[in-house]
Amino acid sequence: MSARGLLPIAVVVGLLALIPLGVSANTVLNFLVFTLIIAIAAQGWNILGGYGGQFSFGHAAFFGTGAYATAMLQVHLGLNSWIAFAIGIGAGAAVGLVIGFLSFRSGLRGSYFALITLAFAEVLRIVANASAATGGAAGILIKLDVRPTNFQFHSRAAFFWIALAIVAVVLVVTRWLEHSRFGAQLIAVRENEDAARALGVDVLRVKLGAIILSAAVTASAGCLYAQYFLYLDSTIAYGVWISVEALLAPIVGGIGTVFGPLIGALALHGLGNLTSQMAGRIPGIDLVVYGALLVLAIAFAPKGLLGLVKRLRTRVTRRAIAGPG
Amino acid sequence: MFAPEIVLTAVLNGLLTGSVYALIALGLTLVYGVLHIINFAHGALLTAAMFAVLVVHLGLGIDPYVAILFLTPLFYALGYLLQRFVIGPASHGSDTNLLLVTLGLSIVIENALLAVFRSDTRSIDVPYAFSSIDIGFTLLSVPRVIAFAVALGVALVLGALLTLTDIGKSIRAVAKEKLGAALVGIDVNHVYAVTFGLGTACLAVAACLLMPTFYVTPRAGNAFVLVAFTIVVLGGMGSILGALLGGLIIGVVESLCGLCLGESLGQIGIFLIFILVLLLRPTGLFGAKA
Repeated sequence: MSARGLLPIAVVVGLLALIPLGVSANTVLNFLVFTLIIAIAAQGWNILGGYGGQFSFGHAAFFGTGAYATAMLQVHLGLNSWIAFAIGIGAGAAVGLVIGFLSFRSGLRGSYFALITLAFAEVLRIVANASAATGGAAGILIKLDVRPTNFQFHSRAAFFWIALAIVAVVLVVTRWLEHSRFGAQLIAVRENEDAARALGVDVLRVKLGAIILSAAVTASAGCLYAQYFLYLDSTIAYGVWISVEALLAPIVGGIGTVFGPLIGALALHGLGNLTSQMAGRIPGIDLVVYGALLVLAIAFAPKGLLGLVKRLRTRVTRRAIAGPG
Repeated sequence: MFAPEIVLTAVLNGLLTGSVYALIALGLTLVYGVLHIINFAHGALLTAAMFAVLVVHLGLGIDPYVAILFLTPLFYALGYLLQRFVIGPASHGSDTNLLLVTLGLSIVIENALLAVFRSDTRSIDVPYAFSSIDIGFTLLSVPRVIAFAVALGVALVLGALLTLTDIGKSIRAVAKEKLGAALVGIDVNHVYAVTFGLGTACLAVAACLLMPTFYVTPRAGNAFVLVAFTIVVLGGMGSILGALLGGLIIGVVESLCGLCLGESLGQIGIFLIFILVLLLRPTGLFGAKA
């Protein structure tokens, strides 16, 4: 990987990292941390959906498993939060392996894959809602014990930087993916699975690798969510909302691009926040904007905001070359 | 174990619930069979229809069963217009785009309803809501028996429409071979919109049948639509008969799972069937090989 590929990541992450130095309002930092958590979940979706072409409608399964594992290991076993966090990511990846193995081995693609991921997430939600270990419908509470060794901080800025660090790591991983042999095989599977197989790509192995990586990234968002809000219930962890958020951000920002999920999450939540403030906090109004944006993005900007910018830029340069008239 | 009367009651109740599930699934499977899209807006449209029943009942005092007569054409028109002017043009003919456009629509509809009606649970008050028929060993709720009869009737009408009328023939032609249908002069976009309209009209009927005994919240449709997906997959995507039988089977399964595992786990049986069918026989019971 060249320095050229990493420079934009360093610049973007560096600029974002400066925000807490200028802004100290808790509401703003809260908003930013939450948006970054969504961005991480979306980066995970983008690896499987954007680069692999496998559209999951159930990334909540990974988000929720990461979140619940982090919370339950601390509450029931008294494990250190950082260790629980790491195991949570592993647990999410394991769920990814199981779901991926079952559905890819049966050759499910397209709508069928979307439906089965949705069903898996729903099963996990119902189980989490009914079982005693997860706190059932009342939810699970992580004890407040503010110590850095315990992954709890007085300052929200600390959480912001940790979330940003995870975003940065995933940006680098995604950039690596674009230039790696594995990534090339994954894109080949997306473009034409049969052709890829004919050329000797082990399609099942590549898809499994993608879903495990994707699940691990989205699970890390869930772990971070649990550690930040210190409370979970089944509709938060395994709800349809996070599956939708995870796919919305890359599609609006730019599917199958390194920065798409981050840009999409910032744009969606920025706009959602703005509308709910302007409309006087009518419930649901921000989500109406999300849905409308999704439809508009697909109708007019199928490659997302990044694609739109690129298209406008080429149009401007073409006009400049063609000259007046 | 349970006494035979209890099990039989659960089975009968399951069949009654299942008939409404089947009606919802009919709309979904019709749209899938012709347009080859999974309509994620189905649940939100059902919720919208349920609120429509609520509004005409509270505002104009119209009985839900009477409302069937004018809400069905109204929702047919709504579905027609949505497909013709929003879903069709926005998706540029790609499958994943269709999936996402309908998902976007469902988010818009659901949350617009939330903004207008807030998240309160609402229901309507009809004098016959709790009346029942005694069939010897158990009591059956009258509104649910009516729902069963009407749902089966709608399925019959829909089947007749598809096999006997000209538009039904064009719909089947488009479902089989889009290009060929276009070549012999069928307006494919019109047929798509008609199909989507019919699917949405089924929801209006289902909403009118549900409201006397059910409640509505802006998220009420979601619970039904996940079940409807299961039925469509179980019965075979695009199969009317499959949706009907699948709906009844799923109704019974849910009822029996609820009896054995308790209310909160009742739905898990449905999703396990869903996953198993997808893994083992994704074409369903009556579906043609893709």
